[in-house]
Amino acid sequence: MHRGRVLVVDDDASLAEMLTIVLRQEGFDPVMCMSGDEALAAFREHRPDIVLLDVMLPGMDGVDVCKALRAESGVPIVMLTARSDTVDVVVGLESGADDYMVKPFKPKELVARIRARLRRFDQPAPEQITVRDLVIDVAGHSVRRDSTAITLTPLEFDLLLCLARKPWQVFTREVLLEQVWGYRHAADTRLVNVHVQRLRSKIEHDPEHPQIVVTVRGVGYKAGTD
Amino acid sequence: MASGRVRQMLAAPFVAVVRPLVNAWRVSLQARVVLSTLLLGTLVLSLTAWLMLTQISDGLVDSKRDTSLAQAEAAFSEVQEDLDAAGSAEDSATEQVVSQLVASLANRSGSPPGYVVMLVGPLGDEISSDGVTSSSAPVSSDSAPTELQTQVRDQPGTWWTYTDIDFTDDSQSDGAGIAVGARVQTPDDAGDYALYYLYPFTEEERTLGLVAQAVLLSGAVLMLLVAGVAWLVTRQVVTPVRLARRIAERLAAGRLEERMQVRGRDDIARLGQSFNQMAGGLQRQIRQLEELSRLQRRFVSDVSHELRTPLTTVRMAADVLHEARPSFDPATGRSAELLQAELDRFEALLADLLEISRFDAGAARLDITEVDLGELVRREVDAQRAVAEQAGVQVDVVAPVGPATAQADPRRIERVVRNLLANAIAHAHSRRVEVIVAADDEAAAVAVRDHGSGLRPGETALVFNRFWRGDPARARRGGGTGLGLAIALEDAQLHGGWLQAWGEPDSGSQFRLTIPRRAGADLRGSPIPLVPDDLTVGRPYETTSGLGEEPPDTDPAEDPAPDREPTKETAP
Repeated sequence: MHRGRVLVVDDDASLAEMLTIVLRQEGFDPVMCMSGDEALAAFREHRPDIVLLDVMLPGMDGVDVCKALRAESGVPIVMLTARSDTVDVVVGLESGADDYMVKPFKPKELVARIRARLRRFDQPAPEQITVRDLVIDVAGHSVRRDSTAITLTPLEFDLLLCLARKPWQVFTREVLLEQVWGYRHAADTRLVNVHVQRLRSKIEHDPEHPQIVVTVRGVGYKAGTD
Repeated sequence: MASGRVRQMLAAPFVAVVRPLVNAWRVSLQARVVLSTLLLGTLVLSLTAWLMLTQISDGLVDSKRDTSLAQAEAAFSEVQEDLDAAGSAEDSATEQVVSQLVASLANRSGSPPGYVVMLVGPLGDEISSDGVTSSSAPVSSDSAPTELQTQVRDQPGTWWTYTDIDFTDDSQSDGAGIAVGARVQTPDDAGDYALYYLYPFTEEERTLGLVAQAVLLSGAVLMLLVAGVAWLVTRQVVTPVRLARRIAERLAAGRLEERMQVRGRDDIARLGQSFNQMAGGLQRQIRQLEELSRLQRRFVSDVSHELRTPLTTVRMAADVLHEARPSFDPATGRSAELLQAELDRFEALLADLLEISRFDAGAARLDITEVDLGELVRREVDAQRAVAEQAGVQVDVVAPVGPATAQADPRRIERVVRNLLANAIAHAHSRRVEVIVAADDEAAAVAVRDHGSGLRPGETALVFNRFWRGDPARARRGGGTGLGLAIALEDAQLHGGWLQAWGEPDSGSQFRLTIPRRAGADLRGSPIPLVPDDLTVGRPYETTSGLGEEPPDTDPAEDPAPDREPTKETAP
């Protein structure tokens, strides 16, 4: 069974090789790339299902690569970082990454995260959900305001869908991590914060005063109702 | 305090006026100088004015006396001559002669009259108060005091004294003056009369009043001018001082590039120079330290990156080997297991070291959200359930029904609780472990209690030391890095909270984390007593804070309020 092509962008040869060994063992189809400058070309050539991206790279660094990738694709991106300081993590996530892993990570955890990112809902039934003036086409994986299509990454789409399906429910960050990211154990809630910000910047009329993804102070988020 | 006494002495309405003044006196050097100049100046000026006015009034009175005496004496001899002449002429009624005399004398006094002529007599033994025979203006004979009248009656010559002239009608107001008197003899031996000249000081008083008015007015103007000058002069001194204060405050607030402007070569300029030198020195020192700290942090960060990447590779390689160990021979398989286990420890140690170095560099920051401690504790207990069961330890959570929320960094609080819990389970000797959660209005707390071997006297102060081991003879168990409690203490302090330990040999130990419910608020007490309730009555105990300096909690029966703890505790 084909379990997905993984593009590994890391300048450390040993780590990159080790990653490919582990990923191959797990049934993935890994492709290596040793520098940031080549990453984009490698992406276009191999069309991977997911990208593992080291933050510190010679040449174009991980954050820039991430932005460049995001400009042309919604492919899931997992950052590999040696730093767990809030600033580094948030910068990585804000550049468009879906998730990040702090080195040293356990191989099993990495594989679990990759699977979570590759997991797609089984062919959903044709369904349209409306949140205020947004129309979500679940099967077509698209979001529209009036007749304008809004481009969301799969993760942002899942986040919006999760909130929109139950507009009466307030989701804590932990619940969102579980339902959208697929993590059973509480991971880093900063993931949720940053992605909510990114989602808002795309779908809200005024991201400073969000009306579609509403913060419930001290609890979490919910979809805005009219 | 003097100001306190002043406040007591003054009635309430005055306080409203005086308090701002007292305040200005305390706060402003300029106000103090101006006020003291004003007060002292007024004192000096009043003294001068008083001296001056006394001199002037003495001078006026003296000259008035001299002219009055001279005038009166001349008049007396003239009158006597006139009387003698009248006596040698044809006889006429003495009364009439005398009245005419008085009238003619009065005519000379001018208009308005500069003096009053008063004739008393004929003189008998008694001196009566209504003995005025004739006068140029209606005056009472009291205007010439009794002593003077006696002297005039009994002795020849001219006599004078200061007196109060008493007018019997309202044509002129009473006032001070001089009375000069002499005895005159009538020609027909009808008796002697006393003739008095009364000189009122009206003119002199008016002059003195004018002078006093002028002195007062010019004094007031002078004082205002002096105060203004004092204000201007002190401003010259105070302005640079205030400037220096402002700059010093800015320096203290971290704006190290602030400097004073130096103009000229006077004392103020030298103060500015020294001040700037000091600021420059401080700035250099601080920059140097900042640079060092930055380099240090950078180094730690670099080390982190450089170590973590190969460690990731090793970790993955070890994992692959570990997975494949069934196909190895026993020795190689065991080696793979050990490699795996030690890598876990190595990783944990590296993570803890980096965390500690981040605290040391002051780079640790809180990521505050609203945290429900009860929920957080239950989650951590659930996560460690497996480990606890393996160790044969039952973990009970005692939490309030409602939420015990606090503004805190959940990741750090989780780490503290995880650490305390792991420690308690590791030292529980298969006995029960209780986790207590409680909150009051100001603070929220988590206490982890075990019934294991406990802590020996003095050890409660040591447990927070880095790499401290309870019993050096005891075999090191896997897992702990020896930095867990040190990091937990740093985490607690970062929240402005406390992490404290209590322990007693064979009764177990209790670790209590207390954090303020509102981020940044000061802690004054904890909702959970540090010494467990079941041990506080009638039993000796051993307890200390993280520093081991605080006396043990009192019996809760004696002290029903939540215990008060020191707000400071630093890791040694």
